[in-house]
This record gives sequence, structure tokens and C-alpha cells, in this order.
Amino acid sequence: MTDPQPAATSEPVDEFEREPVPPRARLGFRSFVGQYAGEHTAGTELMIGPLFVASGVGAFDLVVGLFVGNLLAVLSWTLMTAPIATRARLTLYYQLERICGRRLVTLYNLANGVMFCFLAGSMVTVSATALGVWFDFRMPGLTDLYPNSPGWVVAVFAVGALMTIVAAYGYNVVARVANIAAPWMVAVFIAFGIVGLRQLGIDSLDGFWGKAETLIWKGGDPLPGQVKFTFWHTMFFAWFCNIAMHIGMSDLTVLRYARRPWYGVATATGMYLGHWIAWIAASILYVVQLTQEPGNTSVLPGPLAYKACGLAGLICVIVAGWTTANPTIYRAGLAFQAIAPKSSRYRVTLLTGLVTTIAGMFPAIAMKLLDFVALYGMVLMPMGAVVFVDFWLSERLGFRWDYALRAGIGFNWAAGLTWLLTLAACLLLVRMGGVQIYFVSLPGWFLAALLYVTLSRLLQQKDLGPASARGVVVP
Amino acid sequence: MKPIARVVSWAALACTLLPPVLYFAGRIDLPAAKLWMLVATVAWFAATPVWMEHDSTDAGES
Repeated sequence: MTDPQPAATSEPVDEFEREPVPPRARLGFRSFVGQYAGEHTAGTELMIGPLFVASGVGAFDLVVGLFVGNLLAVLSWTLMTAPIATRARLTLYYQLERICGRRLVTLYNLANGVMFCFLAGSMVTVSATALGVWFDFRMPGLTDLYPNSPGWVVAVFAVGALMTIVAAYGYNVVARVANIAAPWMVAVFIAFGIVGLRQLGIDSLDGFWGKAETLIWKGGDPLPGQVKFTFWHTMFFAWFCNIAMHIGMSDLTVLRYARRPWYGVATATGMYLGHWIAWIAASILYVVQLTQEPGNTSVLPGPLAYKACGLAGLICVIVAGWTTANPTIYRAGLAFQAIAPKSSRYRVTLLTGLVTTIAGMFPAIAMKLLDFVALYGMVLMPMGAVVFVDFWLSERLGFRWDYALRAGIGFNWAAGLTWLLTLAACLLLVRMGGVQIYFVSLPGWFLAALLYVTLSRLLQQKDLGPASARGVVVP
Repeated sequence: MKPIARVVSWAALACTLLPPVLYFAGRIDLPAAKLWMLVATVAWFAATPVWMEHDSTDAGES
């Protein structure tokens, strides 16, 4: 998973919000390598890895499925997001505003903000499990949906309140800690895997694959309440868990600073160090727990990390959860503030943090994180298709780009209906068509693209005059 | 000061990974590996802020 940090400095992007990034502000390749590695080493990786095991995944399905899925994610950033980002050099929000109109972007912000709140809630949940190592209270199990003890509620409230106050008043401090901690966190995640292998009785790499298939990722039935995962599940999950960022185009805001479109390959550091290795390592820790305590199916990153790497592991859980929840709460606050621009950013962030903290008390989000992440991507994906089609195909297919800007409207019905109809179709496929939520975003993207072309041709006014120059900057 | 801090940081990073590798190879026990990882963690967070902020600004401007 990811936290939505802007480029290089990890401070909120508050410049060039309504203009292309000028050449003097563009960044080198190294900036993106470091940023993506840190951004995708989040606390939630420690939930996702174990949930794969709980889903009964086999060795080939996990290792190869995740490898291929992460490769597809890198290609999506490189071939879909970065080329538009380095030509238009605009934030997603401003680009959407030009296409969709301010009122529709407000709705998009609302959806984005709500999703960020729940995502940050799962990060608060992860950090709160670290408190369970020191304080004796009952923590949630794999099938728990609601808070199950007063101690858990108090722990989440304490962690959530602290994170919220920092997000509102001390964002930059935690952003700096995030930058500093990133390489160390990657090392600790690798350490989790190495220690876990030894605890499973694997002490050499001879015949590792055979042991992986029989000792670690044995496949078979999923644990109660989990969906059975195959190669296709892991591949699509790895590809689409950040679909909001690549195909959904959120990272236009980040990659608009890149000097060259190929800088999109920098995301490979995040996908392979942060996702591939971190998920595999976290899954090994969970297998250790299931081997040592067969009845204990709880996915609790704090105790898992502490048993493997002691205090260093516990610090990693706290730092990974905190440094990723912090910008997520901040970004959710910004999204809500865009809806009510006159409200104080501090008050909005505090209120957002309260919602996040309450969400974090419900273990349902963290324990069903695989499903939630798929839902999060599905909700934001159609607008990525709108941006892609508007940028590359509008002229060739006979409709106007940046239609809302050029027609002076606040709500582009072609884009709005595309979003709603695509979501409705995806939900219908999931509810009635028997398609699992992990797979629905791929046909959904093509449907959104088709709908936007068709509806734009039907609904756009024809008498807007000659096309003006497009706001495109040559990279 | 910064070159020394940089060396300490990379040594600390290596020492974060070395104890698990030694534990994997059966050279040390788990409590010792955990202790050395904690020491390396403290060293990383003490040394890295001295140089990393400066470097990331440079990378951004290059």
C-alpha cells in the first residue's frame, strides 16, 4: 500500500497547483527512487502479507503472482501516468477540474477523502497492535469486525489522537522522520523474512523452493472468513492495490515534477522493496505464528514483529504505521477542505483524524484490507480512464478536451455519468455476476473509457468555437 | 562531520541486516540478534538526520 506523499521533500505540494511545473522545479531520477521506496514500505504491508497466507495462497501463486503484478504496476506508472504527467505537468485535481468541472471534482474529493480516512484507520490499527505487546488487553482476531475490548478502544484512541495532533500541527517533523526511516524500514522488513525462515527450521537456501511449497506457503483452504487466493488473485491484487495512483492518475501530482517520462520506472523500488519483499517477509512471520501456535490466527503486526526482531521490529511497526498514517490523514483533510475552502485546515484535519481514529477501532477494515484496497482502487479508477481518454484520444475521436474549462461549466455530465455508471456496472458484476472485486477494475477501466467517449460525443456542445491551444508543456 | 555520519549510517544499515543473517546461519541466537538490531537502529536514527536532509535537497536540485 501507499501513503500519498508528494515528491522529494515529502512536504505538502502547495505550489504550481494551477499551473504547469516549470523547468527550474523539476526533479532528478534519484528523488523518485527514494520517495517511492519509502512510500510503499507502509505499516499496512504487515497486514497484507499475513492476509495472503490466511487466504490459503500457494508458493508459486504468491512469489510469481506478486512479481508479475508488481511489474504490471510499474509499467502502468511508466506507460500511462508518467507520459501524461510530464506533458501536462498539472496536478490531478486541476486536470480533473479542467475536464470535469469544479462541482464534480468536489464529489471526487469527497470520495477520495472518505477512502483516505478508512485507509489511515487501518494504519492506526496496525500501530495500535504494537501497544498490545506492552499492555495486557484483548486484541482483535481475524474474524472480528467490531472493537472487542475496552483496552483496544483506548489503545486505538491514544494512537489515533497522537497521530491526528501531529498531522495537524507537526506534519513536517513526521515527514522528515519518514524520509530518514525509509531505508532502515526496508532493512527491517528483510530481517523479518530472514528471521522467520530460520524460525521455520530453514537454515540454508538448498532446496528452498521445495521447503517453501511444503513448509511456508502450502496453499489449501483459506482460514474462516477469507477468500481463497490463486495466482490471478495475487497478480491482480499487486497490480491494482495502487490503481488509484497509476491507472487512476493520482500520481500525476507527483510525477509532474519528473524531468523524463521514463522516471516512472522509479516506482519499481516501491513495488519490489516495499511490496514484493515486505509482503513475502510479513507472510513468513504469520506462518511462524501459525506453526508455533496453530490456534492463533490473529493478524497482529505488533506481536509478530516483536517476536521476530524484538524492539527494533516493534519500532518498525510504530514508525511504518505512523509515518504513513500521518500524510494520509493530512491528505484526507486537504480533500475535505477543498469542499469547504473557508474552513480552517487544522480543524478539518482534527475532525478527519477523529473519523480516522473511530474507523481504526473497527478491525473489520484491517482484517478485510485486501477487499478494502480493491474497493478503494475501483472507486477512483474511472476518473483515471477519463483523464487518459481526454488527453490522448479526444481529438482523434471527435470531442473536446478540457471540456468543462472551455464550456465554462461546473459539472461535466459525460465524466460524471461515466464515473457513476462504471461504478454501478462494477458493483453489479461483483454482486450479481460472480466476479470478485479484485478483478473488476480491469473491465471497469475499458468500460469507463468507452462510456466517456460515447457520452462526450453525445453531450458536448458543438458550438464552442475553434479549439484553443492545449495547456501542454513539451517535456 | 557529514561524511562520518554517512559512514555510521551505512554501517548501521548493514548491522540491521547482519544479525538476522548470522541467526539464519546459526552463528548467534535470537536474543543476541534482536539486541544488535536495536543497537543498529539507534545508530541509524542518530547518524542519518545529520546528512540525509542535506542530500535529499541536493538530489532535488540536481
